[in-house]
Amino acid sequence: MTPVGARHLDASVHVERLVKRFGRFTAVDNVSFDASHGEIMGFLGPNGAGKSTVIRILCGLLRPTAGTAIVAGIDVARDPEAVRRRIGYMSQKFSLYNDLEVVENLRFFAGLYGVDHQVVAERIREALSLAGLEGHEHDLTATLAGGWKQRLALGCAVLHRPEILFLDEPTSGVDPMSRRLFWDLIHGMAARGVTVFVSTHYMDEAEYCDRLVLMNRGRVVAMGTPPELRRMFKQGQLLLVQCEPLGEALEVLQQCPEVAEAAVFGNALHVTVEHAETAMATLPALLGGRGIRCDLIKPIAPTLEDVFVRLAAGRAAGAGALL
Amino acid sequence: MKLGRLLAMSRKEFIQVWRDPRSLLIALLMPVMQMVLLGYGVSFDIKNLTVYAYDQEGSQNSQALLKRFQASPYFRVVKTVNSYRDLTWAIDADRCELGIVIPFDFSKRLRDARSAPVQVIVDGTDDNTANLAKGYARAVIARFSGDVQRDWLMNQGLPVGADSGPVAVEPRTWFNEELESRNFIIPGTVALVMALVGALLTSLTIAREWERGTMEQLISTPITPAEVMLGKLVPYFTIGMTDAALCLVMSVWWFEVPFRGTLVSFFVTSALFLVVILGIGFMISAAIRNQLGASMIALLVTLLPTSLLSGYAFPIDQMPKAIRVVTYLLYSRYYVTILKAIFLKGAGVAELGGPMAALAVYAVVIGAFATRAFRKTLD
Repeated sequence: MTPVGARHLDASVHVERLVKRFGRFTAVDNVSFDASHGEIMGFLGPNGAGKSTVIRILCGLLRPTAGTAIVAGIDVARDPEAVRRRIGYMSQKFSLYNDLEVVENLRFFAGLYGVDHQVVAERIREALSLAGLEGHEHDLTATLAGGWKQRLALGCAVLHRPEILFLDEPTSGVDPMSRRLFWDLIHGMAARGVTVFVSTHYMDEAEYCDRLVLMNRGRVVAMGTPPELRRMFKQGQLLLVQCEPLGEALEVLQQCPEVAEAAVFGNALHVTVEHAETAMATLPALLGGRGIRCDLIKPIAPTLEDVFVRLAAGRAAGAGALL
Repeated sequence: MKLGRLLAMSRKEFIQVWRDPRSLLIALLMPVMQMVLLGYGVSFDIKNLTVYAYDQEGSQNSQALLKRFQASPYFRVVKTVNSYRDLTWAIDADRCELGIVIPFDFSKRLRDARSAPVQVIVDGTDDNTANLAKGYARAVIARFSGDVQRDWLMNQGLPVGADSGPVAVEPRTWFNEELESRNFIIPGTVALVMALVGALLTSLTIAREWERGTMEQLISTPITPAEVMLGKLVPYFTIGMTDAALCLVMSVWWFEVPFRGTLVSFFVTSALFLVVILGIGFMISAAIRNQLGASMIALLVTLLPTSLLSGYAFPIDQMPKAIRVVTYLLYSRYYVTILKAIFLKGAGVAELGGPMAALAVYAVVIGAFATRAFRKTLD
């Protein structure tokens, strides 16, 4: 084990000025954060934001170009094997063996993690019940539906009772019901003191995390608990505008000096303004003047998606305060 | 190195081979097919060459000569033609491999004790067959000619020995008494089968994990690269040795090739050769990360040199010096030499110390390289 400064001894994961370059492309650009035991850390951002790369570095699958990553008290660049014994990892793409039976996959990973043979049977039973696959031990993994596959992968990743769990987009391509179930499992893990890192691009899943790291183009654009992030909008700054036709309205509003930002959310617009009161009076008139029918305009509480859209656009006022 | 992880890896690999029809075919059917194809297909014995005869004379003498051809196991006189044109056409059209023209004055020349030339036309497209056909034809004619001479001497009332000529050769062939080319080919075929099966199966093993995306999960576990390699190679080693035994059984009981050596020397050298082949396959698989590409390259560096340069079918002594030197660098050369010696000469460790040592050195060197070939990183 590599001794680390006392400052980080209680941290489960400590990352400082982490950089990863692939040739001339910088996938991870000066990323720093800490995570403590039993915390659910969410990595949020679009594809290519660098979430997976950070997770892979923390698992010792990629070597960092610069910076340090301490996982479970061990410098991952120096002793990746020691880290691997104490973590569980689920890669983005399903990566169990499709041509193996459910129980064969579990036995294989139990063997690789060196699970003591006296407890193997018990751990496999636990994993089966966690995945809800009791009675399907001898099903070929290829025949399982998406949600079950994901839960089996989680079962395989926790056979050795890891301190830290890295889940790279575990719920992508899984039906909503299974996603919900999966998050219950993640919360169960965290309650037992396991630090869980989850990356996702589903904004609604971000709300299930204790803390979030918002990433875009390899950089951390914001970090904090979901309420902290939402508070980055002052109350009454965000308006919901329902109007027809939507596209023209968006163009008009984006040109308007009163409007800081306008974006389409579902079948309506989210409009960020300086003063909600004045805007609610002036905007319908402005739209009406262009022949756009405005059905509804009202202040709303910002979602994480609003925060993200705004931060990613690089216009975040006071985003630095949270970093 | 932890035995538990190694065993987990081996067991998984066994199950995968067992469930994959393609791998099973390669492991079990391919050796049998190869042995049958090469055992029957590759033969340097020329028998039953088709012969067209243009007998211009049609005398008792000319017919006697043709009967000699017919009686030889090497020739089959299938047709007599009546013109050069027909004979030329037959050779052009691949109807016959050999044409014999007996001149109209054949008997007269014999009677006059003059030399009687007989024309033999050989299709030289396949130079090997042509050479042999020419040689066999010459032998048949020489024998006939000797008999004619003896009859003439007897008719003259001169003393004649038991056999024709004053000096007689009594050849005795060692090790392959019947001079069957099959006995020469089959032992080397074992090397070919093992190179093919071993290289093909192992070249897929690491590449498959990359292709299917299972590698990322695998390398996130504490298994070491050496455990991955050994764990993966144990099943293929078992399959390879089974195939070696299968080839041996087929050689001895099916093709009836003599096996004069000991089983121990056969299996020990086969194991050494297999380690080299598996090591090469593994290195390629780790480097290429793509099943198709890896298997192509594996065949290119194992099967191709083994079939061409190992002396399996083409004698190394006959190769140009530069290529002969190259064969010393080829591991299969040693194995093929050993196999032939074990099968036909019954050679043991004492006689085969040199090539066995060379093979062992190869196994160690390749093994060492293979351990370093696979790294647990996505970089």
